[in-house]
Amino acid sequence: MNWKNNSTLRAGVVMILGILFFFGLGAIIPTLFNAYVFTIVMYAGINVTAAVSLNLVTGITGQFSMGHAGFMSVGAYAAAFLTTVILPTAEIPPALVPLVFAGSLFFGGIVAAILGLVVGLPSLRLRGDYLAIVTLGFGEIIRVVILNVETIGGARGLPGIPQWTSFGWVYSVAFLAVLTVRRLLASSHGRAFLAVREDEIAAEAMGVNTTRYKVLAFIIGAFFAGVSGGLFGHFLTYLNPATFDFNRSFEIIIMIVLGGLGSTTGAVAAALFLTFLREALRPLQEITQLDFRMIIYSGLLIVLMLTRPNGFLGTKELTDFGFFRRFKGLRQ
Amino acid sequence: MKFHSSFFTSVLLAAGTLVLAPGCNKSTQTGSTATDPANEIVIGEVGSLTGNEATFGTSTRDGIRLAIEQINQSGGIQNKKLRVVTMDNQGKPEEAATAVTKLITQDRVIAILGEVASSRSLAMAPIAQTNKVPMVTPSSTNPKVTQVGDYIFRVCFIDPFQGSVMAKFAHGTLKVKKAAILRDVKNDYSVGLANFFTETFKKLGGEVVVDQSYSAGDVDFKSQLTSIKTKEPEAIFVPGYYTEVGLIARQARELGIKAPLLGGDGWDSAKLTEIGGKALEGSYFSNHYSPDDTSEHVQKFIAAYKAKFGGVPDGLAAMGYDAAMVLADAMKRAKTLEKDDIREALANTKDFQGVTGRITIDHDRNAVKPAVVLEVKSGGFAYKETINPS
Repeated sequence: MNWKNNSTLRAGVVMILGILFFFGLGAIIPTLFNAYVFTIVMYAGINVTAAVSLNLVTGITGQFSMGHAGFMSVGAYAAAFLTTVILPTAEIPPALVPLVFAGSLFFGGIVAAILGLVVGLPSLRLRGDYLAIVTLGFGEIIRVVILNVETIGGARGLPGIPQWTSFGWVYSVAFLAVLTVRRLLASSHGRAFLAVREDEIAAEAMGVNTTRYKVLAFIIGAFFAGVSGGLFGHFLTYLNPATFDFNRSFEIIIMIVLGGLGSTTGAVAAALFLTFLREALRPLQEITQLDFRMIIYSGLLIVLMLTRPNGFLGTKELTDFGFFRRFKGLRQ
Repeated sequence: MKFHSSFFTSVLLAAGTLVLAPGCNKSTQTGSTATDPANEIVIGEVGSLTGNEATFGTSTRDGIRLAIEQINQSGGIQNKKLRVVTMDNQGKPEEAATAVTKLITQDRVIAILGEVASSRSLAMAPIAQTNKVPMVTPSSTNPKVTQVGDYIFRVCFIDPFQGSVMAKFAHGTLKVKKAAILRDVKNDYSVGLANFFTETFKKLGGEVVVDQSYSAGDVDFKSQLTSIKTKEPEAIFVPGYYTEVGLIARQARELGIKAPLLGGDGWDSAKLTEIGGKALEGSYFSNHYSPDDTSEHVQKFIAAYKAKFGGVPDGLAAMGYDAAMVLADAMKRAKTLEKDDIREALANTKDFQGVTGRITIDHDRNAVKPAVVLEVKSGGFAYKETINPS
């Protein structure tokens, strides 16, 4: 069997190698940085997953979703509900923790995906502005529902979540999200996503079931958003509905717009860049005694959008450049 | 051409990311060299200086600043000056967690003051506990905050106490038999107070005839108030924040509800009567302290605060002041200025005379102290009575 010609097998090998690599790196990283830098590195990785998954919906399939934080919160709460409320976490033998954690992250992702289906089916028949408003409303509905459910803490928030999220987990999930999007794009599904984005009517005329593909992109995006939420909850050890308001959705949108709508590389780079930027500006506050961070951050976004309206990378990927071009062929 | 420019940007972007990551590391070094460990003690403060509850954050910060200034003027602690590093968290739990991590690992603070809101304190507490840094929250009233671990303290009373204070006051002083509740479901504090009010009020033999809810940010409360009116309660417990309470009071009077409103320390703002106007006359709320208190140390605090910042300090400023003072007192009593010794000394705080009453830290690291009930009277707040912990 020639592994170079069997793309499924090859992807499986890449996936396993990638996960091993990130867990290996996870053993070294915490010793290199102090806890503060490590926290930022973790948030950056979680944001990468969120941005890559939203990019699938908004950048690649062209559906403007403003409720991504809603899916994150569903995943975060579903996973934390399993590990904090249902299971006697303290009694789980340490050897089983990775298994339980993987299971609860997956559960969080699935619950978010199911909600993605429920929301996506009726609303994805809408286009453009209407869809944006529906998804914005949906994100708020989720938040208000969580506020009112007492078993998961309601407005008081859910404390005492075990801290299981490690560097390996965060970056393996981010890696899986990137790999999934890349593999999807190389498949007929990916072609359909792009067709929907470029011209919905033409795509329909060519026999693409546009609603089906929009919903599919929405479900996959929601799944990874849910998993990233689960990682977030198990890192911070405390969840509060206020964390997932529409500002959070906008932050993720900013990431993908800045990186270039449709570019996975751009989404990854912008998620890392923006997460680090916010913290890099923090020392400024000690000097000025006032919080200028958000002003500078917002000003920078305005400048970037004026000078590069298509984002950093437009729709280009890493594989469009120099050395990395040789990997481009592999996905076709 | 297009290819070149986008390639160039991506290189810039990658370089920027790489430069920023070590940039964070660099500030570790500058941070620790700027601090001279020989004659300075660094304390961290995390507060909501921007965001929805910005006035809470700034009041607390001013109270803390005043306390630190006074301590330094009287010679500091063990001949060392105190320095506070203040971090904003924009009112977000995850920002609070990042800020506290930065304070502990970069600025190497030996104690943390903050946060006002329980939701932020709950995000911060596990980090302070893991790093074994004592943390004193000025006004997080949620019981769960100090349950996080033995390094977490508070100088305010907790929700059960404040809820039951108003229940006792309603039953004992106002002789109310039928009470209504209008709670802010978006607000953990409001929900907590409402629950504990209900519990105590029922235990005392009263009846909660109707329990309605609203969400912070609402402006129309007529439907809830109409439903409350039909049950004819003798008092309405509205444990929300001042903005909505002011509006609720106006609309209640417009609907002809005569029953007094009762509330908690979330009412404590000059904005309350600005918004509510005359509608709030004769309503009561529990608070940490009263500016009308004639005792000498309270008046001294008010005079000093007025001189420095102008304006009468609100309860949160007083709490911030007390939190810093309790911490300083513990540092003075501590054997050494090690974190463990400070924790030990904090846990042994007994009958500390603060602006907000005599503070004793119990074995759950909560403050045992009295609450005052204030009456809204001719546009201001008048002291009504003190209710002691039972």
